[in-house]
Amino acid sequence: MGIAEFFQHLMNGLTLGGIYALIALGYTMVYGILKFINFAHGDILMAGAYIGLFVFDGLRGDAPLGTWTMIAFFLAMLISMGFSAILGMSIERIAYKPLRGATRLAPLLSAIGVSFILSNSAAWAFGTHSRKFNYPFDNTPVHIGDVVITPHQILILSVSLIMMIILKLFIDKTRMGKAMRATSLDQGTAMLMGINVNRVISMTFAIGSALAAVGGILIALDFKVYATMGTMTGLKAFVAAVVGGIGNISGAMFGGILLGLLETFGVAIFGIPTGLKDTIAFGVLILILLIKPEGLFGKVEKEKV
Amino acid sequence: MLNFFLLILIYSGIYALMAIGQNVITGYGGMLSLTQAGFFAIGSYATAILTTQAGWSFWATLPVAFLISALFGLAIGLPTLRLKGDYLAIATLGFGEIVRNVLNNWDSLTNGPMGIQRIPMPVILGYTINPYKKYAFLVMVIVFVIIAYILFQRLARSRMGRALAAVREDEIAAQSMGINITKYKVYAFILGASVAGIAGSLQAAFTLSVTPGTYTFMVSVMVLCMVVLGGMGNFKASILGAFIIQFISYFPQLTGLSSVIPPQFKQILFGLILVVMMIWRPQGILGREATRYRKRAVSTTGGEQ
Repeated sequence: MGIAEFFQHLMNGLTLGGIYALIALGYTMVYGILKFINFAHGDILMAGAYIGLFVFDGLRGDAPLGTWTMIAFFLAMLISMGFSAILGMSIERIAYKPLRGATRLAPLLSAIGVSFILSNSAAWAFGTHSRKFNYPFDNTPVHIGDVVITPHQILILSVSLIMMIILKLFIDKTRMGKAMRATSLDQGTAMLMGINVNRVISMTFAIGSALAAVGGILIALDFKVYATMGTMTGLKAFVAAVVGGIGNISGAMFGGILLGLLETFGVAIFGIPTGLKDTIAFGVLILILLIKPEGLFGKVEKEKV
Repeated sequence: MLNFFLLILIYSGIYALMAIGQNVITGYGGMLSLTQAGFFAIGSYATAILTTQAGWSFWATLPVAFLISALFGLAIGLPTLRLKGDYLAIATLGFGEIVRNVLNNWDSLTNGPMGIQRIPMPVILGYTINPYKKYAFLVMVIVFVIIAYILFQRLARSRMGRALAAVREDEIAAQSMGINITKYKVYAFILGASVAGIAGSLQAAFTLSVTPGTYTFMVSVMVLCMVVLGGMGNFKASILGAFIIQFISYFPQLTGLSSVIPPQFKQILFGLILVVMMIWRPQGILGREATRYRKRAVSTTGGEQ
């Protein structure tokens, strides 16, 4: 493999990984606080992509590519983030909140139910065909030496980087972020300290869902929008969260990038057939669970009676 | 109409086998496995490949389907069962997807997306069980369900059933009572997998053709729904759940309303069932079966019984 080819794969892997990381954050944040996997997260991503698509097409009309389409795109992204945040919070309120304190299985089963409702309702309402999400800019690749970079890849990298920095600052510097960290450490004590745990949980779902919507829109530009688009992407993002150590926010970012790189290089170097590309993620998952179940950056939790 | 009714009954029986397996894993063991579809597919393909390519009889393929599913159950169970329930859900979900992925891509053995056609009908004592004349096939399926029910019912009341119940209620307590929790979890998983493999063989013999498209995640969710709806930890309830869910899924065709009712109707309903049951009736329709033990004169001289 030449140096140019290497950088090409590196670029492709980084962009794919950036999207996984954005989505993985939602899983990891919810797990950090509620200790359960939000199975419906991938379907929130799908809902976000649909909203983004409709708003963007509506705002754009017949306008040619240019500044306005870019503005329309970012407006669509913001609206979709808001909508997905509300969707995520409502799901938590309706389907998960009544189950706090129930057995461990209960919220998981409920989440699978929600995921099924969302993806099939979308298939019913919007049809089973996939819709094209048009690029808001001219996506002619740029050549840097022998490496080909598309403006879409630059968009993905910059948007996911900005989102992750904002999130990191929010968690580390704001009062709400502090409350989130406290809640994830110990819910009971956090409550005693006067933290409104219900609000923290709602907020967690809102942020995670908004990030998922961004991920959904970014991925839709390449892979179109369809009702089950969230399933595979969601699963892989979950793997990314586990690899980084579930519950650990920086871990999720790192895990996402790592998984993106593994997938691109797995196909390029090890000659894994593209048909089996999706299997790589699960191979990685099982390997990590075997060797280091707490993930690369996770802390070992000792179970106490 | 009668024919259609018989068809639903046959599918209910095949799915009841899978639901019984799921119930051992989820209802008794308290583990959320999402891969009955994977084992179902393995059983189907074992029968399909051995009968069409090696010329085996249907009956000879049954133990093979049983063993292969059990082996895969062991292979997937050993690494993942040492972990907490949420990981298991994702790992098993991934496994189901891998199975379908492999079936779709391993053209030389499985004929890829086209699947395998012209599977010979089962013959017993010179009598061909023709799936087109549904009565004989229905009788065969019922026999299988009854055998599975009796075996698993006995199992649930054995040392293993009690050990699993203890593990489900409190792993640490069970462990300190000297129960090898990993061993019993893996046992439960293997049993659940192998009975799904048998269900797969029956499915292959009933439809006389197999395609990877049959064994989707949707099947696993349906089976889970059956167990949850009927009541976890109760084999009668699993069978009841299988009947109800099958009737629901054929309801549009049964009432001739399939042009009015959208095709996603049943999936949305399954999702709703999961959420609603978890919130309002987590024990299911029938509830957990209380194990009653016959009173016996207490032997003071000891000895195991």
